[in-house]
Amino acid sequence: MFEYCTNPESLSGLAWLSCYLTTGKHLSFYTSFGTVLVLLAITAPVALGFGFGGAAMARSNFSPLRWFGKSYIAIVRGVPDIAFFMFFVIALDQGFEYLRHQAICPDWDQPIRQGNDFIVCDAAKLPLSTSPQWVHEVYGFSLAVLTFAIVFGAFAANVIFGAMNAVPKAQIETASAYGMTRRQTFWRIIVPQMWVYALPGLSNLWMVLIKATPLLFLLGVEDIVYWARELGGTKHARFTEYPHGDWRMWYFLVLLVFYLAFTKVSEVVLDRLMKRLSQGQATAGGEALRRAAT
Amino acid sequence: MSCLQTISDYGLRSIGIGERLLPTSDFTLCQQFTLIGSGMIWNIYFGVLALAAGFLLATLVALGKASINPWFRKPSEWFIFLFRGSPLFIQFFFAYFLFLNLRSNIEFFEPFTAAWLGATIVLFFNTSAYAGEIFYGALQSIPKGDSEAADAFGFSGFTKFRKIIWPTMMRLAWPAYTNEAIFLFHATTLVFFSGFPAWRQQGDALYYASYFADKTFNPFIPYPILAGYFILLTLIVIGLFGLINRRLNRHLPKEVRSKIRYRPKLMR
Repeated sequence: MFEYCTNPESLSGLAWLSCYLTTGKHLSFYTSFGTVLVLLAITAPVALGFGFGGAAMARSNFSPLRWFGKSYIAIVRGVPDIAFFMFFVIALDQGFEYLRHQAICPDWDQPIRQGNDFIVCDAAKLPLSTSPQWVHEVYGFSLAVLTFAIVFGAFAANVIFGAMNAVPKAQIETASAYGMTRRQTFWRIIVPQMWVYALPGLSNLWMVLIKATPLLFLLGVEDIVYWARELGGTKHARFTEYPHGDWRMWYFLVLLVFYLAFTKVSEVVLDRLMKRLSQGQATAGGEALRRAAT
Repeated sequence: MSCLQTISDYGLRSIGIGERLLPTSDFTLCQQFTLIGSGMIWNIYFGVLALAAGFLLATLVALGKASINPWFRKPSEWFIFLFRGSPLFIQFFFAYFLFLNLRSNIEFFEPFTAAWLGATIVLFFNTSAYAGEIFYGALQSIPKGDSEAADAFGFSGFTKFRKIIWPTMMRLAWPAYTNEAIFLFHATTLVFFSGFPAWRQQGDALYYASYFADKTFNPFIPYPILAGYFILLTLIVIGLFGLINRRLNRHLPKEVRSKIRYRPKLMR
C-alpha cells in the first residue's frame, strides 16, 4: 500500500508492521468486519418481521395458523442453535433447488435423491454454475441471513408474543366495548402499545444476535473468523513476503476485543433508549416493563 | 448387519471403544441413532464437569462482585464482563490457539490443546461467569429481614453465610440457574467446530450429525435425531434440577414456591 513496502525483507519494526497490516488480504479482513455489520443490519429487521409474523400467528383465531406459530416458537427454542444453523443452510439450499427444479425441468424423469446424492437439472442449480464468483458469495450470504432470521425470528416471536399479552386487558376490553373488531383492536390498540413491553426482551435479543455472528463462519461465509484463521496461520517465506509464525492467537484476541467493545457500546445505547422510552410512562408502566422483561 | 451389532460396534465409538472406521456408505437409521447418541457422551461429559466446577467458582465470583472491597469486586466484574460480553465461539478459538502457543514453549500444556481438557476449561470459566451473574442477582434480592434476623440470632461471618445467606441465594437463583445449565449443555455442541480437533474422529453428537449430513447430503435425518437427543437431555436436566428445587423450597408454603420455567433467552 505504501511506497516503501515494495521490499518487505529490508524493513523491520513498525515500518514492517504497517506494511504487513495493509496487504490486500488484510484489507479483506477489515471489510469482513463490515460483512458482520451488514449481516446484523439486514438480519435484525428481517428477524423482527419473522418474529412479528410468528407472534401474530400464535395469537390467531384460525387454529392451523395458531399451531404453526406456536410450534415455530417452541421447536426452535428447544434445540442447540448451532444445530439449526447447520441444518437450515443445507435444507434451504436444497429446498430452493427442488422448487426451481420442479418449475424449470418438469420432464426430468430421474429421482432427485439418488443414494447419497442430491441431483437436480443443471438449469435449476443455485447459483448457476456459469454465474460469476460474486453471485455465489451473495447467494451464500443471503442463505446465512435467512437462516439467522428464521432462528432469531423464533426468539423475537417469543418476546413479542409475551409483549402482546402484557398489554393491559382493560385496554382490549375498552376497545371491544367501543365496537372495534378483533383486527382493529390488534392494529390500533395492541401493536402500538406492545413495543414498550417488548423492548427489554428485544434488546437482550440484540446482544444475543451480536454474539451469534461468528457462527457465519460455519455457514461458509468469509467472515472475520475465516480471515483470522487464514491470516494468522504460520506463513513460510516461500509463499509470502511477510513470513511469520502462528499468530492466530493474536488475531482472535483482536476479535475478542472487537466483540467486547461492540457489546459494551450496544449496552450503553440500549440503556439510553430504554430510559428515553420509559420517560412519561406511569410508574406502573415501569413496573410492568420489568415484568415483561422476564 | 443387525442393529444390536451396530450398537455394540459404535455405541462407545466417541470415546474410542469399538470399531475404528466410521461407516462410509449405505448409512442405516440405526447407525445414525447409535453414533449421534454415542457423541452425546461428550456433551454430557463437558456439561457435567463444567457445571460442577463452575458452581463453586460462580459462588465466589458472585460474592466477589457483591463485595465492597474493590480488590475483590473489580476482578469479578471484569471476569463476568469478559466471558458474558464475548461469543463463546471466539473464546474457544482464542483459548485453543493460546494453548497451542503455550504448548510449543512449555511441555506442561500438552493436554490443554485436546478438547477433553482445553474445552472443559473454557466452558468452566464461561458457565462460572453466567452463573456468577445469576447468583449475584439472587444475592442482591435476598430479603433484608433474613439477614437482620440472622444478626439478631447471633449468626456472623461464615456461619451466617453458610446457614442463612447461601441457602436463600440458591433458592432464589435456582430457576434461572436451571436455564443456565440447559444452555450450557447446548453450548457444548460448539466445541468441535471451534478449533479443538476431534482426535481419531471421536467427536460429540453434532460432530457425528454433521458427518452424516455431509456424507449423505441429506440434513433431514441426522439433525432431527440430534434434536431429539437434546430435547431428551433438556427434560432430564429439568427433572433433576426440579428435584433440587423442591428440596430448596421444602420449608415454604406451597403457593410461595418458585417453579422452574423453561425460559431460553440467551445464547453465548
